[in-house]
Amino acid sequence: MSARYFGASVARSEDARLLIGQGRYVDDIDMPGMLHVAFVRSPMAHARLKAVDLAPARAMPGVVAAYTMEDFAGLAEGPMPPMAPHPLIKQPLTCHPLARHELCYVGEAIAMVVAQDRALAETAALAVMVDLEELPAVADARAALQPDAAPVHLGRDSNLLASLHTQFGDIDAAFEAADHRLTETFATHRGGCHAMECRGVVASYDQREDHLSIYTSSQAPFMVRRQLANYLSRDEQTIRVAAPDVGGGFGPKANVYPEEFALALGALKLGRPLKWIEDRQEHFVATNQQRDQFWTLEVAFTASGRILGLKGHGIHDSGAYAPYGVILPANALVCFPGPYAMQAIDIRLDVALTNLVPTSPVRGASRPNVAFILERIVDKVARHLGHSREAVRAASFVRAAQMPYFTGGVARDGSRVSYDSGDYQVALDMVLEKIGAADFTTRQRDALKRGKLLGLGLAACVEDTGIGPFEGASLRVTPRGKLVIATGAAAQGQGHATMLAQIAADVLSIDMADITVEAGDTGRFPLGLSTVGSRIAVTAGNSVHVAAQKLRSKALHFASLKLEVGADDLELSEGAVQVKGVPGLKIPLADIARALAGTTGVPLPGGMEPDLAATAYFESSGVTFAYGSNACEVEIDTETGDTRVTRYVVVHDCGRMINPMIVDGQIRGGVIHGIGNALFERMLHDEQGQPLTTTYGEYLLPMACEMPNIEIHHIETPSPRNPLGVKGAGEAGTIPAAPCVISAIENALEFQLGKAAPFITHHPVSPLDVVEWLDGGQG
Amino acid sequence: MKAAPFHFHQPATLAELAGLLTSLSNARILAGGQSLVAMLNLRLVTPDHLVDINKIADLATLRQTGGTIEIGAMVRQHTLLHAPLIAQHLPVLVEALGHVGHMQTRSRGTIGGSCCHLDPSAELPAMCALLDAAFTVNGARGRRIVPASDWFAGLMQAALAEDEFLESISITPWSGKHGYGFAEYARRHGDYAIVGAGALLEADGEGTIKRAALVLFGCDTAPQRLPQAEAALVGTRAANIDFAGLAAAARAQEMMSDAQVTAAYRARLAGIMMHRAVKAAQGRLNKERP
Amino acid sequence: MTAMLTLTVNGRDMSAAAPANMHLGDFLRHVLGLTGTHMGCEHGVCGSCTVIVDGQPVRACLMLARQAQGARIETVEGLAQDGRLSPLQAAFRDHHALQCGFCTPGMLMTLTALLRDVPNPGESEIRAAISGNICRCTGYQGIVEAALAVATRNEASTS
Repeated sequence: MSARYFGASVARSEDARLLIGQGRYVDDIDMPGMLHVAFVRSPMAHARLKAVDLAPARAMPGVVAAYTMEDFAGLAEGPMPPMAPHPLIKQPLTCHPLARHELCYVGEAIAMVVAQDRALAETAALAVMVDLEELPAVADARAALQPDAAPVHLGRDSNLLASLHTQFGDIDAAFEAADHRLTETFATHRGGCHAMECRGVVASYDQREDHLSIYTSSQAPFMVRRQLANYLSRDEQTIRVAAPDVGGGFGPKANVYPEEFALALGALKLGRPLKWIEDRQEHFVATNQQRDQFWTLEVAFTASGRILGLKGHGIHDSGAYAPYGVILPANALVCFPGPYAMQAIDIRLDVALTNLVPTSPVRGASRPNVAFILERIVDKVARHLGHSREAVRAASFVRAAQMPYFTGGVARDGSRVSYDSGDYQVALDMVLEKIGAADFTTRQRDALKRGKLLGLGLAACVEDTGIGPFEGASLRVTPRGKLVIATGAAAQGQGHATMLAQIAADVLSIDMADITVEAGDTGRFPLGLSTVGSRIAVTAGNSVHVAAQKLRSKALHFASLKLEVGADDLELSEGAVQVKGVPGLKIPLADIARALAGTTGVPLPGGMEPDLAATAYFESSGVTFAYGSNACEVEIDTETGDTRVTRYVVVHDCGRMINPMIVDGQIRGGVIHGIGNALFERMLHDEQGQPLTTTYGEYLLPMACEMPNIEIHHIETPSPRNPLGVKGAGEAGTIPAAPCVISAIENALEFQLGKAAPFITHHPVSPLDVVEWLDGGQG
Repeated sequence: MKAAPFHFHQPATLAELAGLLTSLSNARILAGGQSLVAMLNLRLVTPDHLVDINKIADLATLRQTGGTIEIGAMVRQHTLLHAPLIAQHLPVLVEALGHVGHMQTRSRGTIGGSCCHLDPSAELPAMCALLDAAFTVNGARGRRIVPASDWFAGLMQAALAEDEFLESISITPWSGKHGYGFAEYARRHGDYAIVGAGALLEADGEGTIKRAALVLFGCDTAPQRLPQAEAALVGTRAANIDFAGLAAAARAQEMMSDAQVTAAYRARLAGIMMHRAVKAAQGRLNKERP
Repeated sequence: MTAMLTLTVNGRDMSAAAPANMHLGDFLRHVLGLTGTHMGCEHGVCGSCTVIVDGQPVRACLMLARQAQGARIETVEGLAQDGRLSPLQAAFRDHHALQCGFCTPGMLMTLTALLRDVPNPGESEIRAAISGNICRCTGYQGIVEAALAVATRNEASTS
């Protein structure tokens, strides 16, 4: 196979359509007779729902229907099924599509109004009378676990949803053997996903065919279908769920949401197509977020700076429900010990319920939080010993010679965590060289002449990518010789269609222009899981590769029968099978496809199976681990505390790159997301659980003037765990970015304050923090 | 997030506008709409009547009469930013306009809209306060002039009656050789400032300050002039400005706090921004401008 | 409260009814069927809905449809001519300036307006121009590079 496309920065096949305004997002879908939905949502973080009077809304002009959960009796009842059951969660905790008796966060849906247009629906929703009795609310995960805390849910005796634990090695021995021990506490905060397209659902029901159709802005349409089928006690066959163009996902769109169920129920009940488009105000209170993790950890290390062990505990803010089980906190524990070889760890993470929007993974899931903690601890060890930050990393890294390296930890699937390949030290050395660490102090002194404090930040990371079990793909050559790739994996802007076509095009020697990709639609492919965890290049990519190989063999077999030439003497070229070295002697794939489509009464040659098509569900031989090191420079205005990231360099290894341009795009966007987490994004609530940042004037997303260009360098160590040798890259930028930026801020403060500089233990860091540190030394 | 229904009116003349404001109840004037339409979408305001004044040509004039620049209430921020008349006579306004929103909001946003909406962090009302602008108010009961010192009636509250509208803003420029300075701090380019400051200085041939104006904004519910600090500047030599004293005076003003920004941080910024604005004004004193 | 509007969209005269409380973005999308203009926040911050009205870039969520009576409007659907991408659109593809594509129409319209006024802007002018447009995918770099590439070409063709 010639690598014409694989490894090349091929322009994306998605772009032409999107650039001329011909994308098709959920809100672009229109149907005859379609009606519009607005939700009545809880104004309180915790309340007893005593009564709902829909009559005023129903009486309004343009209103067709209004529903509470009671109105769907007979169609379905009870809370939504949990997406990811976990043995440690004794009582599943999911909400109803529309709340019944208790409201547990501001924004929880109570009722839905269906009207001729959205403005009318919103007006009518405001007319719905809701009788509430306010209950004490818990708005902080730490407070939730205090003995005297109010219950987040009535009737639950504890706000502790689950307590997770990870450990390996002899922790006491590791601490005893250490020359030094330090304890630190950390507060990490991440906000929402803030995809530029909010969520949205169009649901329609065809009574004659008894078929329910859902368009949803989702990362996991197959999960929506599965859960909806369970909930409605319908066969999956009678439900189609499709994710059309999706305007960004970043994690939260991988959930199954109450609105998806409510729209389905409404469409079944009313027999009319319904549309609901989440507006930005709703996005702040109705789409899952990530928010807080608090940690207290003790580290043991040698005088030479080698980290031996880590122990302690954390508290994770789950929000009001656990629709996604404990995946987010469980992920945190899998991230230890990061890129460092440790003798032992012993860490517990308590999952606390709060009366806030439920949490679930946002880009990187808990990996950015744990990267923050680990990198901060390494920096702290360096400061404690008076060593350089890079020296402590060098002393503690897993070494290339140790690959595959068993960390001692256990993955979520119960397997032993083993890093597959790479050289962490090389990445660190390279990033230091690329950012010019050697002459940083010169730049730092020059900056001071301009009245600016310059800091150099560093962070390393390792990331489990490509989790199984599968995303499948089927390839089929049409009678016109075009290739159609179908996969369950939905895309939200990652360029899957281009990437998958590149893989197939090389194997089958087909022009990219002759390939279409159909994705994220249960009507096009039988099975799919979810576009999460940097997994699609590994899972779907390799499935396309394997299916393409099968399809290629089939075409060669057919041609060898027809041409009476051994398959070994045949090759694919420009959409045809030809005899090697005899370009004139060939059969176009289109002809093979037509022949294998069959003719009544005519047997297929050589007893071949019909259809020039192949399907594969590649099953990885284990998770593959991408890694990298980042370095950045920040510039601080010592008067205002304003902090700008002025340079940012990434060295990253995601194995073989299918499309370097796309990989770089993923990393760049990810880094900016991480800088947002380091400096800007904070989802604030008051003590009663009322959200305080619900507009883009209050919740600060990173914007063009404040963001640096990102310089990226790659190391390509092929993964031994899949045929393509690829690793995931979707979250690579985000994971180390916040600790890298914070490390740079601390470095700048050290230049100014020396030993009095604070050890920074939280993010985001605001200018108010910075001036406080500059004024008072310790924060 | 769709606006509640309302009746829409589009008067073409000042007289029509005055008539509508007299006859309608719960009416709002729609100028550039860059704050109001967002508030309508969010249903933070739900007027029964919306009176769009974008079609009234008489409100969109920009002219110089005698020594005064008269800016119609509906002159767009984009127009002001690129008007040679403003650049020549009111350079501090041009500098402030560079911080007002973004390209897409300046193309519709108006000076009158900004001065009636009165966000405490907005640049343009603060510049009007700094420049001692006179607000010409009109309505069925006739015209009246409101000096800037009386314009700011409270938090987001202009000195306008329900049946009145802002017709124009008149500003008498300082001498051609005045020094001006503007400084603000916002987390991101184009955001409303957390705190900002403006300064104007005029000196005689000997370098003695003979006139000074200072303003802070974003600190309290409305822009704050600093009359005592201004008075203290007059008579001092421009080369010997007591910057520490000015910063202290700025810090001593009334400061708001909110969920994200403390009063203490606002005070700190007030001192810094005042220092920067006055420093810039000092540097430009007696410099000929094109 | 509904009235007929006549206006020019992408060079074509159009006429349709709009209720008073409908903003220009919804009018373009749901009345005229031009769904290329996207609504990202509807409170005037994200810039996804940017269109060009009478030559000026404008947030379509902050202008009422009724205010567009008689206006000349350009949307993303009007940028490509005869099936050929505009230089800026082509540069977006070449520089990977879009991922999910949702903010893209607003970015394109903002930068199209900028490049008409300032044919060869520098990086800081470009970043300032899109300071009112949020992109959650690209980190802005590809967008800035695409606009710079057009700017460089414009400079070469005028010198």
